[in-house]
Amino acid sequence: MSKNKIIFYALILAATFIAPFLFPNFGTQLATMWLMIIVALTWDMTGGQMGYNSLGNIFFYGTGMYVAAVISIGLVYDVGDYTNAAGGGIYAFTDAQYFSGLLLGVVGAGIFCSITAVLIGYVTFGLRGPYFAIGTLGVAIAAGELVSNWEWVGGGQGIALPVYPGDLDVGKIFFYFLFAAIGISVFVFARWLYGTRFGAAINAIRDDEEKADAMGIHALRYKLITWAMAAFFVGMAGGVSAFQLIHFEPLESAYQTINLGIFMVVCVLLGGKGTLWGPVVGAVLFHLFKEVTWNYFLGWQWVALGALIVVTVVYFQDGVMGWLTHKRPEWFGIKVEAKVAGETE
Amino acid sequence: MSSIIEVQGVSKAYGGVIANREVSISVKQGGITGLIGPNGSGKTTLFNSVVGYHPIDAGSIKFEGKEISKLPVQEIARLGLLRTFQQTRIYGKMNGIENMLISLPHRKMSIWDALKTYSRADYEKADRLLEFVGLYEKRMLKSGDLSFGQQKLLEFAMALMNEPTCLLLDEPTAGINPTLINGLIERLKRANSEFGITLFIIEHNMRVIMNIAETIYCMAHGEMLAQGTPDEIQNDQRVIDAYLGAH
Repeated sequence: MSKNKIIFYALILAATFIAPFLFPNFGTQLATMWLMIIVALTWDMTGGQMGYNSLGNIFFYGTGMYVAAVISIGLVYDVGDYTNAAGGGIYAFTDAQYFSGLLLGVVGAGIFCSITAVLIGYVTFGLRGPYFAIGTLGVAIAAGELVSNWEWVGGGQGIALPVYPGDLDVGKIFFYFLFAAIGISVFVFARWLYGTRFGAAINAIRDDEEKADAMGIHALRYKLITWAMAAFFVGMAGGVSAFQLIHFEPLESAYQTINLGIFMVVCVLLGGKGTLWGPVVGAVLFHLFKEVTWNYFLGWQWVALGALIVVTVVYFQDGVMGWLTHKRPEWFGIKVEAKVAGETE
Repeated sequence: MSSIIEVQGVSKAYGGVIANREVSISVKQGGITGLIGPNGSGKTTLFNSVVGYHPIDAGSIKFEGKEISKLPVQEIARLGLLRTFQQTRIYGKMNGIENMLISLPHRKMSIWDALKTYSRADYEKADRLLEFVGLYEKRMLKSGDLSFGQQKLLEFAMALMNEPTCLLLDEPTAGINPTLINGLIERLKRANSEFGITLFIIEHNMRVIMNIAETIYCMAHGEMLAQGTPDEIQNDQRVIDAYLGAH
């Protein structure tokens, strides 16, 4: 890494640490921004790097919420009794129970989502292009409907989790740092992964899967592993969200296909598909755009959002990073090299 | 010499059109075998059958003694039986080096090997093979910007990178500048002798195929018409008739 890059990364890390203390009123907003970065980066693993545009990644977010909740409750009480009381009974959690439940729940959510990604992927990766997108969307919608009819996990009412023990402002910062830690892990992981032979192989699948098959690349295996890795992080993020939101229900907050499920795709398109930084830049810009419109143009916020999507898809397909690479190739180390001796043309 | 590919009585029809009728071929291990025939005689169909692009209607195809006619493309490729395409297929958005590195034989890698970054040896191998096909100077260019002939050479180099035991080449010289063809003949021969790769080649250019193949099969109207050494084929009246359109 060059000196400039190290300084650049150090500044970003510093900003990450200072931000919640600098803007104490925006703790939850900043945490949500990290959530956006996580879902955008993981969406780009399959969408941008492997050419499989999933509209169903929200399934892992919702499932992560439920798995984390069920694990953390199940460690202490009977889950059926707990959800049946719908917050009415007295179910106290000690600090130790809360934090161990949170840790095991979040990690368990990641592992569970990885496994489901392999199982679902085994069926859906037979689909190509738009069919894969619609197929995975179907999975997410169906899961939401199924869970909302499953009384054991609270049915349509969802689950109310214990509140953060201690000062709630400290709680906000706590969840901010949980999201930030997952977000930084995803980024570092993706940065490493895209430099490996595996990363090149999923790029090959994106560019010409038939050729990749003909060259003997284990296409299905690599597709499943990639999606499982993405699902692991999304599931963990979902788990953290469950504790941050305290109460969540299946259709609007867990399997929210039309909100976060679409936002993650828009973030990536806005920032630049198939690039490492694109999803990060896109997520930050999108979150700012969304918060500004939701605050100052209330009533028109969905119109503004729709306009943003249309403009991005029609006029700005390469996203911010794609546009920058085109305008300032030297920033990305793409230089026109002097002609090699002996080359004639 | 034993045969590496053994095709026995393979038939394939597309609806009412019979593309292959009871075709039998044996490709000798370590040799260069040619397949010729007029346009539409079923050569590419036979290739596609061998590498598993479509199911065959009847017959058997064995690779190294193992029945492969029911296996899908990727599994056959992983056995070390590789093909190049008549319409070249390379990863157009990537440069030559990247195309080469992607072609490393993943069948020889565990998932842990795949999660490593490219080694110096990988880069050296890519450079060496690019030099072998004469594309070293253009290795940093976006491969989609290369000429058609250069893309064919790149695809050939990618195939070599994959260390196949047997390589099926569909018209390797089509679209290549005549002055480059001599060089390509030389390279095909060297790929065979130096890397020990068995070659099975579809070719329309008679000068090329007569020059490199030890055994040549000739197809016409979906059937196997003749087989023999280049000399025998050149003097076979049935082959001449098939090419000149006599019935």
